[in-house]
Amino acid sequence: MGEPVLEVRDLSVSAGERPVLSGVSLSILPGEVHVLLGPNGGGKTTLLMAVMGMPGYRVTGGRVIFSGEDVTGLPADERARRGIALSFQRPPAVRGVTARTLLGEIARRRGGGPSVAELSAAVGTDALLDRDLNVGLSGGEVKRSELLQLLALDPALALFDEPESGVDLDSIAVVGAGMRRLLGREGGGSCKAALIVTHTGHILREVPADCGHVLVRGRIICRGEPRALFEDIRAHGYEGCLTCPRCSHAAVEPGREPVGKAR
Amino acid sequence: MTGEELLRRAAAARARPAAFGPDLDLATFHVDERVREKAERAARERQMREAALGVGVDLAAEGRAGTFLQVDQSVVARRVGERFAGRVEVLPTLEALETPWVAERLWSLVAPDADKYTAAAALAPTGGYCLRVLPGERLEEPLQACLLIAETALSQNLHNVVVVEEGAAAHVITGCSVHRASGGLHIGVSEFFVARGASLTFTMIHRWAPGLHARPRTGVVVDDGGTYVSNYLLLGEVASLQMYPVTRLRGRDARARFQAVLCGRGDSVIDVGGRVVHEGEGSASETITRTLGADRSRTWARGQLVARTNRCRARLECRGMLVSPEASIVAIPELEADGVPQAELSHEAAISPIAEEEVAYLMARGLAREIVSLALPSPSWTTRLPMSITESPRPQSTAWKRARAPAPRSSASGYICREATSPRSR
Repeated sequence: MGEPVLEVRDLSVSAGERPVLSGVSLSILPGEVHVLLGPNGGGKTTLLMAVMGMPGYRVTGGRVIFSGEDVTGLPADERARRGIALSFQRPPAVRGVTARTLLGEIARRRGGGPSVAELSAAVGTDALLDRDLNVGLSGGEVKRSELLQLLALDPALALFDEPESGVDLDSIAVVGAGMRRLLGREGGGSCKAALIVTHTGHILREVPADCGHVLVRGRIICRGEPRALFEDIRAHGYEGCLTCPRCSHAAVEPGREPVGKAR
Repeated sequence: MTGEELLRRAAAARARPAAFGPDLDLATFHVDERVREKAERAARERQMREAALGVGVDLAAEGRAGTFLQVDQSVVARRVGERFAGRVEVLPTLEALETPWVAERLWSLVAPDADKYTAAAALAPTGGYCLRVLPGERLEEPLQACLLIAETALSQNLHNVVVVEEGAAAHVITGCSVHRASGGLHIGVSEFFVARGASLTFTMIHRWAPGLHARPRTGVVVDDGGTYVSNYLLLGEVASLQMYPVTRLRGRDARARFQAVLCGRGDSVIDVGGRVVHEGEGSASETITRTLGADRSRTWARGQLVARTNRCRARLECRGMLVSPEASIVAIPELEADGVPQAELSHEAAISPIAEEEVAYLMARGLAREIVSLALPSPSWTTRLPMSITESPRPQSTAWKRARAPAPRSSASGYICREATSPRSR
């Protein structure tokens, strides 16, 4: 299967001064799509932010390895240039920079790739191109705008933070199609790796995933087939995870390995 | 001006300090003809090519109409691309002093006795380049010049002349940097002539060293319908940089646009400004400066717009951002109109904090912090600085191509967790 695209090794992260993640490990091979499930405040966004290298998320232990390279100390722009890209759940409004300007800049730095018009048509964002980034956009527009940027970046590893949140069903279909295109899951081309945070699981109908992880209170307490995991959570809730014999409530106690030992 | 007069005026100004910036003792820098061999040897080193690339100059000369390379006081490369032969001339200044188009223009826009630095360039010239784009020739590819300092404590006293003849168009990229030298002095006198209906885009990138002082001295004249575009980018730390180019829009409908990005790093002392004089009817200019104050840097960003005719328009915009509590920025815009009540001059200046969340977001798109910080306008700005101006015009970064090896397709249904146990059961 080759070298993992992403290896998170025993990662502990603080957001500001607050410890959020404790000893998280996971590994994604080329072409794999993983989903990250977990309750609000469990650390899912923090994990994505830490993998992306966003300021404000301080790694206090462990490593982030991307394509064999330790990128733990690299800033976000260096990681992006190496091939990591993050679709934000709630990106900030950036006044003064239009989507067209940013996409043009990305294309210039990459030295080619599909045209802005072609990518924009694929995710239905033509009307957004000349507006300031994320200013006054609806939930669906935000997700499509994020996806458009990731299509332009063409990363080796795509991180999605709740790509379906605040999005109507029609837009989920558009976002799903765009994600499949980005990840090489339709038509020819090679598959990209991805890590997707999802609450509702709706996106799993659009983008088949290969592996699921349950992140509760800063630790991964279970892994498995994504749809089965999700159905289990739907039936028993995340509280059920903490009492499940295959998982471990001990996961919340620092220094102890979960019983349902994660990879 | 005769040679005798030139030397007399320069000698009289030998000790004259500049109007702005720290005063330097020129006796601490030397001019030495014997460094030529060392310069030629240095020019063959791989690191030299990288230093050039770092300021936008590709010594492989791919996609360039012409190339000029000077190391210390020696011209080590000069060539014109095959397709451009007969359309452009590239000459070392010291060999071109008798060439009519050079001789008649030398020291016509910059006074040799302006200060001790122009005087040094007149009394002890050590090189520079002369470029001339012939009438009607519109060069599809840029000309490039690279001026490097490899010898510490050297005084590199250059004189450049660029002539874009009637109806011609050119883009000149000049990169100035150091290779191994930890300090020294770079004096660059530049005189640019943009003829009727001609267009000159001049991109200058400076990447100096903590011990290097730079004193560019530039004069520009733009004739009827001519256009001058100046892009200036200061990267890295410099001991001190002071320049105040003067541009005369003397022709009818002459145009100029100035875009400058100043990154104050380390203990840099930066005093950069410019004076734009609008003499021709319908002349217009726009000046945009972005200043980033980091570490313990001190920056003065000046700008002066002068109206000498009623029908002219000009605006100046200066935005500064401090990213260190020990750095300082002083923005000094000036407008001058005397007896021309119809002239339109305006300026906007601001020093404001950086929008960290927005910067971080754009960094996640692969843009470096400095680039994003300088490109982001505040909401009130009406003019946007293109992001591309904040980066060297270097070839595509290979970093974008890394880690993109094709991956095998996984099964559509998905479940390929390695070492995975079956889904949990209850």
